[in-house]
Order: sequence, then structure tokens, then C-alpha cells
Amino acid sequence: MINKLWGFFIIVGILFTLFMGNIESLNDTILTSATNGVEMVLDLLPIIVLWSGIMKIAEKSGLLYKVGNLVKPLLHKLFPSLKKDSKALGYITSNIVANAMGLGSAATPFGLKAMEEMQKENEKKEEASDAMITFLVLNTSGVTIVPTTVIALRMMYHSANPEEIIITAILATICSSIAGLTLDYFRRRKNR
Amino acid sequence: MNLISKMIIPLFVLFVVFYGYKKKIMIYDTFLEGAKEGLITVFHIFPAILAMVFAINIFLNSHILEILFSTFTPFFEKINLPIQILPMAFVRPISGTASLAIMNDIFANFGPDSFVGRLASTLQGCTDTTIYVLALYFGSIKINKTRYALSTGLFADLIGIIASFIIVHLIF
Repeated sequence: MINKLWGFFIIVGILFTLFMGNIESLNDTILTSATNGVEMVLDLLPIIVLWSGIMKIAEKSGLLYKVGNLVKPLLHKLFPSLKKDSKALGYITSNIVANAMGLGSAATPFGLKAMEEMQKENEKKEEASDAMITFLVLNTSGVTIVPTTVIALRMMYHSANPEEIIITAILATICSSIAGLTLDYFRRRKNR
Repeated sequence: MNLISKMIIPLFVLFVVFYGYKKKIMIYDTFLEGAKEGLITVFHIFPAILAMVFAINIFLNSHILEILFSTFTPFFEKINLPIQILPMAFVRPISGTASLAIMNDIFANFGPDSFVGRLASTLQGCTDTTIYVLALYFGSIKINKTRYALSTGLFADLIGIIASFIIVHLIF
């Protein structure tokens, strides 16, 4: 699916730009995209390296396992295919909590670790496991409780009440998460 | 609310380090071990990020979305949906910075407290960059068969968009 989408973006993008006659800007885009990609990775690099270090301490000291234990009953219902003592559970919890607090960049390293741990339990290494899909659906439907960037931007534009959208965002998030998890649940069962 | 979210990271670091110290593990060595793993992770996700940024830039810079959506304007005016929100809703799963830029435009033109301003805020807050996240997370562990992950994620986004519209209508 990502293969098709990637091709679609490039083919439609290039053809349409050519059709509109913007060859000049197309050249620019192609050449600067690589630089943009590097910039993005450079932004992520220190955060991921730092948090991987901190989280290793949490893992070795048993803290991660404890946190995972705390929400285990709920997570087991969501991720029935993961092992009972899976390290992934702790990382999933950390990722969701960091995301919920609007700390998107701090959440990414946890998410990547969670994927790594789930891959260890995955039988077909080329193929996404059930647990991975459930995790990503939960992650991308965005359990954001404090959308920090949005609030900051609203303040910048002198909103009378910058935080008022927290409640609407939470309600909308609940809807999209439930919808995503429900669809995921039925498709998972259909696949067996 | 702001203070709380500012305190979370420092307190978290403090707590983790203190806990490791109390459990008498080699915290410094453990940190280095993890940091090294992190470096390898970045190494693995770099191609996936580059590939996605490349494709998304070409697509967005072709301005195909603006031109496509401008033809729908009369229809959307009829059902009372602000047209400005459409490109944002469409771009949201692809690129966080691009949708943030559109939201910025909406705030500048209509104000953050207008209907479309509130709707944009809710949208930005309630969904994530699904396509980018999938490429990144699956790319990091070299999975290319993603099964039903993308369509399920996008379905959740769609429900989020519809829900945002209804909720903002009801609450404000």
C-alpha cells in the first residue's frame, strides 16, 4: 500500500507540475527535498538518541515493566497477540502517554522501540503483525489530550481562549480512535 | 495546563534516573548502550523519511490539491462547509508541517476563534500524520507488507474529520 501511495505522489505530482508548466519549480523541489529530509532526520536524531538512552535506564531498572504492568489489563484486551511479559507493552504505554501530552517528538523513540519489540515476536518478519497494526491505528488516530503546538499558535493569533479546543479535540480523538480500533478489530478477526 | 506539560519531561527524566540509581544499575553505561541503539534506529529510519519527504514535496508543490478543491467551492458553500478546511483535512495525514502551515493561514485570515479556525484547531489536535508515521515506523523494522494498516488508519482519520465538524458545530 505504501509502495502504491509513494508512486502515486511522485507520478501525479510530476505529471501535474509538467502539465501546469512549472518545470523550474519542479527542479527546485526535487533537489531541495533531499535536504529537507536530512533536516528532518537531524531534528529527530538528538531526540531519539537521548531518549533511547533514558529509556534504556527505565528498561534495565525494571521501571518500564512496572509501567506496562499498570495498564496491562487494558492493553491485553487491545493487543491479545502479544506475550504477557512483552517489553513492547511498556513502550506502547510510554508512547501513548507522551503523545497524549502533546510531546510528539518525545513519543517517536518510544514508538520505534515498541515496533522493534513487536518485531521480535512477529512470525513473518516481512509482514506487519496484528499487534503492530492495532498500535499504529491507536497512535495515528492521535490520543492527544494537550495539543501544545495548536494552543501555542492560537495564543500567537490572540485567541480569546486558546485552550478551548482541548475539549473538542479530545472528543474528536475519542471518536476516531474508537472507529479505528473497531474496524481494526473486525479486520483482524476476518484475517484469521 | 501549560505548566503541567512543561513539567512532564524534566520530572520524567528525574524519576527514571533516580529509579535506576536506587535499583543500583550502571546508569551511565546503560544510557550509552541505549543511545547507541538510538543511533542505529536513526540510521534505519533515514531512508524512509527521505523517501517520504521527497514524494510528499513533489505532490504538494504541484498545487494539484488547491486546483482540485477550488472546483468544489460552490458545492461546499451550499452545505455550509468552509472550503479552506478541505486542503488541510487532506494534507493532515501526509504532512504535519504542511497542515500546520494551512492552519496558520486560516488563523491569519479568519482568526483562531472563527468557526473554521476552531475546526482547524480541532482537526490538527485530533489526528496525526498517518501516512508519514506508517512509513517511518514500518520502515524502521523493514516491513513492506503493511496489510490493512493504512486503510484502517485513514478510516480513523476520516471519522475524526467528520466528528470534528459535528462537535465544533455542537459545542460553540
